[in-house]
Amino acid sequence: MKHEGKKLVWQEYQKEIADDHFFYARSCIRQTFFPGSEKVFTKILKDELGKDIYDSEHHTSCTGIGYHADAVPFETTMTVVARQFALMTEAGYENYAASCITSFGLYTEILETWHHFPEVEAKAREFLYKATGREFKIPKNLAHASDIIYKFRYEIAKRAKYRLVDKNTGKPLRVVEHIGCHYSKMFPHKGVGGAEYPYVLTGMIEAWGGEVIDYPERRHCCGFGFRQYIVQANRGYSIACSKKKFDSMEPYEPDMIITNCPGCPMFLDRWQYALSEMEGKTYGKNGNGIPVFTYEEVAGLVLGYDPWEIGLQVHQVPAEPLLDKMGIEYDPGSKFKGPNGEDLGRPIAPSYLKFYKE
Amino acid sequence: MSGAVEKVRFGFSVNKDRQIDYDANLKNVSDIVQKAEPTFNLCISCGTCASTCTAGKFTDFSLRKVILMVRRGETKGLENEITKCMLCGKCQLVCPRGVSTRNLILQIHKALKTGAL
Repeated sequence: MKHEGKKLVWQEYQKEIADDHFFYARSCIRQTFFPGSEKVFTKILKDELGKDIYDSEHHTSCTGIGYHADAVPFETTMTVVARQFALMTEAGYENYAASCITSFGLYTEILETWHHFPEVEAKAREFLYKATGREFKIPKNLAHASDIIYKFRYEIAKRAKYRLVDKNTGKPLRVVEHIGCHYSKMFPHKGVGGAEYPYVLTGMIEAWGGEVIDYPERRHCCGFGFRQYIVQANRGYSIACSKKKFDSMEPYEPDMIITNCPGCPMFLDRWQYALSEMEGKTYGKNGNGIPVFTYEEVAGLVLGYDPWEIGLQVHQVPAEPLLDKMGIEYDPGSKFKGPNGEDLGRPIAPSYLKFYKE
Repeated sequence: MSGAVEKVRFGFSVNKDRQIDYDANLKNVSDIVQKAEPTFNLCISCGTCASTCTAGKFTDFSLRKVILMVRRGETKGLENEITKCMLCGKCQLVCPRGVSTRNLILQIHKALKTGAL
């Protein structure tokens, strides 16, 4: 297919994304993996775009990881999700925004199940009422947080302090986009761009000045796959999946990887370290890795937020080569300082992967 | 960096890639065998041949595996694999699809030897 034709096809896969008044459901694992991401998301929506976003302290895990690891039965999962919807209803919201791809996929799966089997929905309502006395309304609009950033990508671009452009050559940065499997592989019509050509991250990259790399294993799983990692005996399979992607993208010399899932940046980032220690192989230039970011972190960088305030120091693959390339100003001495300026010490340097101390 | 640094052991290794690359694999052995022995196309990979195989009892030989290798174009190591067959023909007696398995083995031999690669 010609590139122009492909672009036209992509435009056909659009979904409705609410404009304002979001009930925000956070992820279980993102705040430890990439702690700045969700903060950046709420900051962008509230401070930059002036949107109303409700951040409830009462919501729980969606049980997605337990569900996909065969530890939590579907009935339990549905009741827990029904409770999240009840919290949304009680707070007076109708637009549900999920931070996590697994949650988004699970909410979609449950809503589809209820749509086709109303008796299952009735059962979930009964379980919830018996357990908590709560009732709920089905969300009017369900969006993943990346859908929302995608919707407002041009507004962010208008406020941009930096662009995804090499400051020395003026050329667009070469970006690998990686979409979480549960975003649109299960229910293609629920994601921007469908399953084969999800456009959600590509749209952001193009709006912010970068160039997307189309490499052979673009739609391959990152390797998390729940049981692939959670069952220790399967971890060789998990890391092999990531390696397959790295081997495939390496010849295209990507400057960065952008992801929209909690697990993907974790594994694409940490497995680069593990592969370097196991095989002595690094995938960037001069012993560097390929820096991996969440889309919120990239939006934060584009808007000129301080890299250490949005948590880039907890990345295993150092972000400095990309920050230098984009011409982002940062204080190398503040990398390992806490929010009050106290020194947090230095991590042990990896054997192969280039380490940036100060 | 120097390779002198000791590799870290995490308690697992990187699994070997088992992707079958149909674009890169050679299909000419398969084409030759299909022409020489058309019953090759009847095989449904049920594995009855392998389960009755005397050679398979003492070695890791499996005609089912051989047929899959030929179909996939994975000809590396195929020659060594088919030398394990004793041409007894028990597989031909039990094949539910009537595949002429003995001739199949002979034709694979021939295709590999006549420089099909």
